[in-house]
Amino acid sequence: MEITLQAVLAQVMLGLNNGVFYALLSLGLAVIFGLLNIVNFAHGALYMLGAFVALLGYSYLGPLIGMPDFQMNYWAALVVVPLVVGGLGILLERTLLRRLYKVDHLYGLLLTFGVALIIQGFFTNYFNVSGTPYDAKPEILNGVVNLGFMVFPKYRLWAIVVSLAVCFGTWFVIERTKLGAYLRAGTENPDLVRAFGINVPLMVTLTYGYGVALAAFAGVVAAPIYSVSPVMGAEMIIVVFAVVVIGGMGSIMGAIVSGLLLGMVEGLTKVVYPPASGTVIFLIMVLVLLVKPAGLFGREN
Amino acid sequence: MNRKMMKVLAGATALALAAGPALAAPTRGISDGVVKIGVLTDMSGVYSAIGGKGTLVAVEMAVADFGGKVLGKPIQVISADHQNKADIASTKAREWFDTGKVDMVTGLLNSACALAVQKIGAEKRRITMNTGAGSTDLTNKDCTPYGIHYVYDNYALANVAGSEIVRHGGKNWFFITADYAFGHSLEQNTSRFVKKLGGKVVGSVRHPLTTADFSSYLMQAQGSGAKIIGLANAGGDFTNAVKQAKEFGITQKGQQVAGMLVFDSDVKSLGLNTAQGMLYASGFYWDRDKASRDWSKRFKAKYGAMPTMDQAGAYSATMNYLKAVKAAGTDDPDAVMAKLRSMNISDFFAVHGKIRADGRMVHDMYLMEVKKPSESRGEWDIAKIIRTVPGDQAFMPLSESSCSQVRK
Repeated sequence: MEITLQAVLAQVMLGLNNGVFYALLSLGLAVIFGLLNIVNFAHGALYMLGAFVALLGYSYLGPLIGMPDFQMNYWAALVVVPLVVGGLGILLERTLLRRLYKVDHLYGLLLTFGVALIIQGFFTNYFNVSGTPYDAKPEILNGVVNLGFMVFPKYRLWAIVVSLAVCFGTWFVIERTKLGAYLRAGTENPDLVRAFGINVPLMVTLTYGYGVALAAFAGVVAAPIYSVSPVMGAEMIIVVFAVVVIGGMGSIMGAIVSGLLLGMVEGLTKVVYPPASGTVIFLIMVLVLLVKPAGLFGREN
Repeated sequence: MNRKMMKVLAGATALALAAGPALAAPTRGISDGVVKIGVLTDMSGVYSAIGGKGTLVAVEMAVADFGGKVLGKPIQVISADHQNKADIASTKAREWFDTGKVDMVTGLLNSACALAVQKIGAEKRRITMNTGAGSTDLTNKDCTPYGIHYVYDNYALANVAGSEIVRHGGKNWFFITADYAFGHSLEQNTSRFVKKLGGKVVGSVRHPLTTADFSSYLMQAQGSGAKIIGLANAGGDFTNAVKQAKEFGITQKGQQVAGMLVFDSDVKSLGLNTAQGMLYASGFYWDRDKASRDWSKRFKAKYGAMPTMDQAGAYSATMNYLKAVKAAGTDDPDAVMAKLRSMNISDFFAVHGKIRADGRMVHDMYLMEVKKPSESRGEWDIAKIIRTVPGDQAFMPLSESSCSQVRK
């Protein structure tokens, strides 16, 4: 098959579209790992939960509270859903995760994996595995934009823009502000930071909540593109872990950049040899681990 | 080996030889005191709107209409979700046959599951009446003495709808194919008719079953320059692909998306605005004649939606199975199969139906066209029959079948 520039650009654009979701999710994972030292295996399930809370708010909440016409619209969902799911994350951290900071990483991984299975099992029981459409896409984001080399749906363009904004905003806060400095210092030496009068446990709780909120946010943005399905997170989480490993565990910029790049690499693979697109990320992971075991942006300890 | 042991062995062999025919002879009456029908299909996944609970409802209706008893023994219906996984389907079928007293299994959407269960049915001497799956292997290389393919198959779909699209000028094809037994078979069958009529297949791409995002496959299809983008998939995959083709402006640019297997439930879910003008082949349409309308309305009152061909077929299959049990005076599978093969199947579902040696139930097929929104007079007035294709012209001729049951 002949490879045209148009086809390459189109697939790169779609790859970027997938890449922003990789970036949002791996960013949350990196923040959580960096500050809590927890490998949050529940991240995929929390992303799925975000999409489901948006769907429930739109299609099911009204009748439930006795107002059949009430629907939580898309814009409200973008704000409310991360708050709700982030709140659940805080609850999870306070009640369960907190007990595991002193023990091996493995325990945190097992706990969060179990939580993921419970959440996923719950939704599989009540909802269609193949996905329920989320029709709350606002009118203004309907339609297409002609990019010259392809026709691109407005909504997908919006998804790219808003996700990039959130990613780089997060990076800015953690790497360039005083609050971020406290956070980073808190992970290096919590006792010293506490001595300065800063409530480190609260900071850790809020950080976990924020990481979870990022996953939920990605879920809301993804809902109108993909159908909302109980397994949407499980399908995503493995790739996202590979992205984090490639970027370097705990590196904020590494997570964002490798998320975007790998999305595009996946897209390019679809032009050259489609069957490899599902494995190319893992192939890159193997190569990166061989050459640079700490990841592209990670520091060797 | 000593002589004594030889004697024992010889004796045992003789005994087994003597007992053999007696064991294999049909037992009269109803085994286990019950006729049990199992509905094994996709209850929750990508194909659940095609079959799912609706198939169970249809089978239960058939049992109720038959009177709930046959030859004085009760008829029971059980069901399970195979989740589109062949291993789950196999395990369930074995359990049903070994300890569940199940005499006949129907539904069986998803060709991978269908092929697995039909094979187990043959091993265990139980009848499988497939109403959901499409693969032509079911009546060719994987045919069995107890497997019936009831509603449609990929050959008939390609023959009735695929070739019609080629005749309308759709010469260049690109396939987006579900990557498992069914999709492969559908692509193969359609390609054969496209080439036979002077068309060309310029490329194809395969996607995993249950894909949410078809955008990159659609971009490849667009890049191929093919006139027709043939969707060799079904159910949720089919509707997702069609919606996204519209979203990316592919259909507006002159390429045409054609579904190789379309169920009425898909048309309903796409809406007439998106689906109008689409040609497809079907084994049943609810609004065909008075009998089909009457039955379908009864079904809708129970289930909430008009029947797909899978669901309507499951009723007809169950009803005719029970009639055959009654006529044979036993639920012995060999006797029932012999009766089923000798029957003329004519009801609200099938016209001029006949079960062939390869297990294919041959009946009239229909070339359908989705109505324009302006033509539709009611929620379920979604398509029209533009041609009726007699069964012997729609399905693969017996002479071409590679089934070992067919004597040539």
